[in-house]
Amino acid sequence: MKFWIICLALVLGSLGLSLSGINEYVFFAGFVILQFVVLATAWNILGGYAGYVNFGVPAFVAVGGYTAVVLFKSIQAPILVQILGGGILAGVLGLAVGLLTLKLRGIFFSIATVAVVFILETVVMNWRYVGGATGLQLTRPADLAFFDSYTRMLFFVMAVLAIGSVIIARYIQNSFLGRGLRAVRDSEEAAECSGVPTLRIKLIACVVSGALMGVAGAPMPMYLSYIEPTATFNLSYSISALAMPIIGGTSHWMGPVIGALLLGTLQQIVTVTVSNELNVLVVGLLLVFFVVAAPDGVLGLVKKWKQSSK
Amino acid sequence: MEAILEVNNVSKHFGGFTALNAVNLHVQRGERLGLIGPNGSGKTTMINCISGALINDSGDIRFDGRHIHTLPAYQRTKLGIARSFQIPRPFGSMTVLENLLVPFAYVGGADGPNERREAMDILERMGLAAKAEVSSKQLSQVELRKMELARAMAAKPQLLISDEAMAGLAGAEIDEVLQILFDLNAMGITIIMIEHIMQAVMKFSQRVVCLDAGKIICEGTPESIFKNPDVQRAYLGDEA
Amino acid sequence: MFSLELLFEAALFGVLLGCFYAAVSLGLSVAFGLLDVPYVAHPALLVMGSYATYLISSLGIDPLLSGLLLMPIFFLLGMGLYRFYYETFEKRGSDAGVRGLGFFFGIAFIIEVALILVFGVDQRTVRAGYIGSSLEIGDYRFPYRMLMAFAVALLLTLVLTIYFSKTFNGRAIKAVGQDESALRLMGANPVKIKQLAFGIATAVNALAGALLIIVGPVEPAMDRIYIGRTFCVVVLAGLGSMSGTLVAGLILGVVESVVLMTLGASWAPAVSFGLLLVMLGLRPQGLFGR
Repeated sequence: MKFWIICLALVLGSLGLSLSGINEYVFFAGFVILQFVVLATAWNILGGYAGYVNFGVPAFVAVGGYTAVVLFKSIQAPILVQILGGGILAGVLGLAVGLLTLKLRGIFFSIATVAVVFILETVVMNWRYVGGATGLQLTRPADLAFFDSYTRMLFFVMAVLAIGSVIIARYIQNSFLGRGLRAVRDSEEAAECSGVPTLRIKLIACVVSGALMGVAGAPMPMYLSYIEPTATFNLSYSISALAMPIIGGTSHWMGPVIGALLLGTLQQIVTVTVSNELNVLVVGLLLVFFVVAAPDGVLGLVKKWKQSSK
Repeated sequence: MEAILEVNNVSKHFGGFTALNAVNLHVQRGERLGLIGPNGSGKTTMINCISGALINDSGDIRFDGRHIHTLPAYQRTKLGIARSFQIPRPFGSMTVLENLLVPFAYVGGADGPNERREAMDILERMGLAAKAEVSSKQLSQVELRKMELARAMAAKPQLLISDEAMAGLAGAEIDEVLQILFDLNAMGITIIMIEHIMQAVMKFSQRVVCLDAGKIICEGTPESIFKNPDVQRAYLGDEA
Repeated sequence: MFSLELLFEAALFGVLLGCFYAAVSLGLSVAFGLLDVPYVAHPALLVMGSYATYLISSLGIDPLLSGLLLMPIFFLLGMGLYRFYYETFEKRGSDAGVRGLGFFFGIAFIIEVALILVFGVDQRTVRAGYIGSSLEIGDYRFPYRMLMAFAVALLLTLVLTIYFSKTFNGRAIKAVGQDESALRLMGANPVKIKQLAFGIATAVNALAGALLIIVGPVEPAMDRIYIGRTFCVVVLAGLGSMSGTLVAGLILGVVESVVLMTLGASWAPAVSFGLLLVMLGLRPQGLFGR
């Protein structure tokens, strides 16, 4: 019950925030951080719960973004339809990659996800309709509902998406699907012999994870008023989406949220004050540090600290 | 007694190597069968083909009358075949009780208060009830073996394959596990025991089958098997 | 549509290119193919080798010689890296999969960014007598630097194949991937053996890095496309096969070269990744895999 009250409060809070007169920059940065909450949560459903590492996050995000572009360009689809379309197609991509590689060992799945990024990028670069290599400019529609600016509206949309993705992750974690995923991660052979349909479960996680990433990517073209392949398919997305759950803690839905909020904010600060390269360096160093020294992430450290102070 | 498991002319190859060569084996309902053979003889391959971890290349396997050799492992578990692993594979992130809840959820199809009570019953029978809330990573070797069997039991099997459950255990521990297997058999569960510890095989089995180089070289009562010169040769090599 | 002659020329160039791809994949073949280490940082170390070669050759030393000089340093680096990986991940088992992958992925990014911070994003090249001119046979021209890469690749493959089949340590390395406990019984220490193998893999990377900058200009982000090329070669070959790596490299080289000629440069990057996916789907154990 407490959880739902907090969710409702957050929805109302973000609505209130986006209707207030605060500096526009808050919404620019907030959109990015909230997007990472969705990405980190989505990544963790397959990576943290099931143990399969997706390096190809940009591919799913891009499918979401480019689907939105196609829907917008062809039928002037409203943002909600773009998001739905992006999510569905990204989910289909997840199914395809999963069917191809989830029967093999984990590292082959990971390499296949990298392959998908490059292949899709090449396809998009050669596709004139969505702008090819040079990209596409987009004009935001005039309809803003009751918001002052399109960015504020997108901020609110992303906030709702973030809360929604956490609700989904929490549901999966606590359901017997979550128990099955954990069994698969701990020992796939033993899980199979305990009656867990391991392939089916992994596919479900893959589809949900992919779809959520597509959902996160769909509002991007509207946010930027622009879409272009090199930035969209940048592998740096992967290292962030991977580092956040690992830093936050992979076994619980709170982990990716904490990781995204902490790292996302840090990234905003570093990019604005120093440089983009240093940003990636910081993420890489933090990732390696946590993977080596604090594998259970911030959540794990908190748990240990609580236990030792008893 | 009808055959609960029929392995008919099953072969399995790995590249050029033949692990199982047209093996025939029928197991009766409620039987206690011992499966022995030197390392590399194909015992593990055989149970992998029965449990579904591997799919056999030719021949067919019937369980309770049904053809199962094309089914994935988890469906065979749901039909009633359970196995323990030679090297225990606990679900390390879960407690002992939670380990059992996995097969309960997936074979039983539900996850509720009844399951927890049933799981505790099984743990009590195995002597593990005190460790129910302990992380499975912290168990000793013999406790891990017992949990393997407990987890297999949680799948409510009709056939249990115990793969070297006693390997590496000391005297009293061997008897503990052996007693558990006897008790399970008394409940009506057919048990195939794979073991290298010969006293255990002698004590436990009603019938023993000996495998060597992918073929069954003989079967019979425990006493007759151990006196059989072919079996001795398989284990000790040719005496010049 | 396209003249057979042009196709043939593309194929010939593809053979040279393919040998080069084989050379840069040998290290991965050992580290991932034989030892099962999720070594996604391999291409990053390759590019690092190129930049190290650039540094040393700017002192006036021939780039290939620079690569050779770097080998002992990279050998030690590789041993250290494996030791660290083993102590931190392999020993504890369990979650090693996600953590191991995350570790090497993080290392790859750290290397790439470090290179950008030190050298900038511009391309770097080296100079040597054999770079820039070509051998002309009939109507065809074979750039000397490609022939150099071809020769070195063949030599490396030969040396490694002999090493792994004739020497005790080499055979132990081949064995350790398949049956660690048997190796222990023979009196060899599996950890030391794997350390040695990883050292060799990284040393080979140093030489391959030199080849990389000889064959063309390098930039820090090149490790990304080489993830595709090297893993494609290793998967196509089948894990654990040295000579298979050569054949797989040739196939990739020829296919990429032909695609480059027929469909153009905008489609070429997808070739290695596409081939990789096809292999994973149809025959994941590769052409020669165990």
